[in-house]
Amino acid sequence: MYTERVIEHFRNPHNMGKLEDYSAIGKVGNIVCGDVMWLYIKVERDEKDRAVITDISWETFGCTAAIATSSMVSDLAKGKTIDEAIALTNQDVAKELGGLPPVKMHCSALAADALNEAIYAYLSQEGEEIPDALQKRHARIAQEVAALEKRYEAFVNKDQG
Amino acid sequence: MNHSIYLDNSATTPAAPEVVDAMSPYFSVSYGNASSLHSLGRQARRAVEEGRGTIAELLGTQPEEIIFTAGATEASNLAIIGPALSSSDRKHLITTAIEHHAVLHTVEWLRTQGCDATVLDVDPAGRVDPEQIREAIRPDTLLVSVMTGNNEIGTLQPIDEIGRICRERNVLLHTDAVQALGKIPLPVDAVDLLSISAHKFHGPKGVGLLFVRKGIKLTPILHGGGHESGRRSGTENVPGIVGMAAAVKLSIGEQEDTSSRMRALRTRMVDTVTRLPGTRLNGHREESLPHIANFSFKAIEGESLVMRLDERGIATSTGSACSSPNLEPSHVLVAIGVPLSMAHGSLRVSTGRQTTESEIGEFLDVLPEVVDELRTMSPFKVGE
Repeated sequence: MYTERVIEHFRNPHNMGKLEDYSAIGKVGNIVCGDVMWLYIKVERDEKDRAVITDISWETFGCTAAIATSSMVSDLAKGKTIDEAIALTNQDVAKELGGLPPVKMHCSALAADALNEAIYAYLSQEGEEIPDALQKRHARIAQEVAALEKRYEAFVNKDQG
Repeated sequence: MNHSIYLDNSATTPAAPEVVDAMSPYFSVSYGNASSLHSLGRQARRAVEEGRGTIAELLGTQPEEIIFTAGATEASNLAIIGPALSSSDRKHLITTAIEHHAVLHTVEWLRTQGCDATVLDVDPAGRVDPEQIREAIRPDTLLVSVMTGNNEIGTLQPIDEIGRICRERNVLLHTDAVQALGKIPLPVDAVDLLSISAHKFHGPKGVGLLFVRKGIKLTPILHGGGHESGRRSGTENVPGIVGMAAAVKLSIGEQEDTSSRMRALRTRMVDTVTRLPGTRLNGHREESLPHIANFSFKAIEGESLVMRLDERGIATSTGSACSSPNLEPSHVLVAIGVPLSMAHGSLRVSTGRQTTESEIGEFLDVLPEVVDELRTMSPFKVGE
């Protein structure tokens, strides 16, 4: 069911672990649903004063696809300017992996969301203007988290009880 | 990936060489249709009836109490739908929350067809209390369906006691004994209906049977040429039936030896794995089928664990259902109250007659390495 690219990234994931001197972090997913992704980015100014993701890493709790998409999104975003990284979509992540099984497409969405949230956190803490598209996606992600938490309320309470 | 170590025997088992040998003439030499009048047909009929006789004798039933089916899913459907369609006044069914979907979804479907159902909870080890069943029985209760041993966590149910209660109250009892044959003596005397599937005990896939106690009314669910005394139409799967008979003979014949070896392997696995940090056994330490052990690992997800073990040549399975779009883990683990965070990190290990001591040793060496690798990737850390 998985492509060779997915298996390869799952077997030898890139940029795995916690980044010690990160600029911002994006946390998405919920352990109750079986997928959690934390994405760390280090952002520095290049010689043209553009904000560039110079380093990136991740920690993921999830299935094969979740780990492979974490690895792939980190490869795709590394070295990109913030503007370029904002333009990355879950379709890009899935395409680079040679496709994902339909039931696993949510994993690529999670990876793209994690990048979105890390950039959102970075721009917010720098007091910079948040582009519309980023703002919209951030609102959508927050809404989805709330909906999931509501849906799994009984389970979450049981978990903590 | 070619597996050197196969620990997924509750999904399916390799067919035993003697089973394959017994089957092979019935594909292209004695290939007749058991309903045909000519000698090829009569050979096939003889093979089917000999198979039925062998199985009946080994299970302790009458030959006419055996209905051959295409597997346990069909057998369980027939066991529940058959009596329900035959009964005009009693339309209440009782089952448990941890049954196989072949039972649960059948009961759910019958609910849409005018039946009523009570689905009982189980305790944290997965046991149903017979007293719950006594209390759930109503004047209109037709049938109770409780599995002999659970396919995900291995927990055994008190079928004998449940059988006594059902008999007292004149209610039918069905049991899904799919995982039990060759591991423990089947509770045939305690029940009215019992389903098994050949490929779970080194027989071929696509064949199973339903034991139906004499005198029970069963409306068929498959219609056609009136095979199996009108209770299950469809040309008999002659090689399948011959293979199943050989597998029953083999598995029941060596049951004592095999199950005591399996039990020792399970005890070793349970003792070793539960000593690792952040792990738990899902199921019952003692009251369990000997070949199934189910564990949960904190901070990692089951599918990743299965895939990493696969990379190392070890075949296992998970109760986690990350592949289902609703992201909900196994209904069995949820029913026994495994926290959802742990239910996602579950691993089912199931041994077979071919599993060796050294294979389990290698699995137990590789497992902690793989668990550590995945925990390194996880944002959640496991305290000692």
